[in-house]
Amino acid sequence: MSKMNDLTSAFTQAFGLIGRLDTELLAIVGLSLEVSLTAVVLASALGLPIGAAIAVGRFRGRQPLIVVLNALMGLPPVVVGLMVYLLLSRAGPLGQLGILFTPAAMVVAQTILILPIVAALSRQVIEDAWHEYREQLRSLGAGPLTAAITLLWDTRFSLVTIVLAGFGRAAAEVGAVMIVGGNIDGVTRVMTTAIALETSKGDLPLALGLGVILLSLVLALNAAAYWVKEAAQRRYG
Amino acid sequence: MLPLVLDTVSFAINGRTIIDRVSVEIGAGPRTVILGPNGAGKSVLMRLCHGLLRQTGGSIAWRGANGGRQRQAMVFQRPVMLRRSALANVIYGLKVAGFSRTERELRARDVLEVVGLANVAERPARVLSGGEQQRLALARAWALNPEVLFLDEPTANLDPGATRELETIISQINAGGTKIVMTTHNLGQAKRLGDEILFLHQGRLVERSPADRFFQQPMSAEAIAFIKGELPWS
Repeated sequence: MSKMNDLTSAFTQAFGLIGRLDTELLAIVGLSLEVSLTAVVLASALGLPIGAAIAVGRFRGRQPLIVVLNALMGLPPVVVGLMVYLLLSRAGPLGQLGILFTPAAMVVAQTILILPIVAALSRQVIEDAWHEYREQLRSLGAGPLTAAITLLWDTRFSLVTIVLAGFGRAAAEVGAVMIVGGNIDGVTRVMTTAIALETSKGDLPLALGLGVILLSLVLALNAAAYWVKEAAQRRYG
Repeated sequence: MLPLVLDTVSFAINGRTIIDRVSVEIGAGPRTVILGPNGAGKSVLMRLCHGLLRQTGGSIAWRGANGGRQRQAMVFQRPVMLRRSALANVIYGLKVAGFSRTERELRARDVLEVVGLANVAERPARVLSGGEQQRLALARAWALNPEVLFLDEPTANLDPGATRELETIISQINAGGTKIVMTTHNLGQAKRLGDEILFLHQGRLVERSPADRFFQQPMSAEAIAFIKGELPWS
């Protein structure tokens, strides 16, 4: 019974934190969004053109590249964290930058983590469209570059879903940001690392409050992705 | 750029011969209909002419002056519409072909008017009906002012009403000076639209005749059999 009460009071306190917009909580949520949004923008800016290029291009090593890219979608965050850590650590090749244990390092790690997701999934979507459009576009005289740009635009609603999936993955991962960010209070502490820490410290209200926000965020993202696609389907066919 | 000269053109894929040593000269003027049963190789022959496929034997050449891709266009059996408005679909084709911004808009509005789609110009192309989409495909091709327009079974998926509308537009395009080369397996359509018939059977060009003679006195056994077999449905 007392355990039940603990849980109930933890939940009550958690919603209290959310309800009165606790500054510590807000700072953590804010940094999470900042880091993951930056990462998804960078990963999309690189990943969507890469996906389109592989979809439309015909070059040696294309098939192995697709296989590798697909495999990289399952990249474990801690491994990405470790790689970026080694790169950015003082003795590492990019140690001069001095960005280890800063939000910038977290952005780098999350960008690397979701770049393959954006590139591989967009490659698939764009290639499916390419099969349908190829003859028509070639007949109109479109070269590979024009075709790639056309396909990026014409699959835009599916691509939005992919980008949102990438963002969800970035916001929800803990391993990479923990290693390269270090979970420093007020500097590199994000939702997932805070949840891990507070749980181990026994501060359940903050952990739960963050958990609720994280879940709501993921849910909202999926709802948005679904809605965008549905609306587009109805409007554009 | 016409005439288009095919010299013993063959096309084989995976060891199967689809087009078998076709030699023909397609000149300006009359509407040419490539007729034949399903699987005769009509669509492949057309794609070879349009440059979407490369022949595995023989040669294809545009013998006239002012050649190049710019002056030919093609409409496919299943129109591929981009996810944008009907107007934007026509403008897209013009943009790729290098027309200036102001000219694109003018030409696009013009052709949509002629094919009767001006009232749906702003609607997304993919939600138009099958007949409207095919008219839009025709408009998109026609806007480019091609010297030759290839049509691959353009009415195969349409109902009789939509088919009539499309045939009217095709005749109009031809009257405007654009050479029409069209495939069909429909005898009625070949009669209505064809000035000359290229009859294709199992990848070979079996017969080439003016349309009226082809239907009254076909010369090849294959054509006779085809006309006989097809008549009830034409």
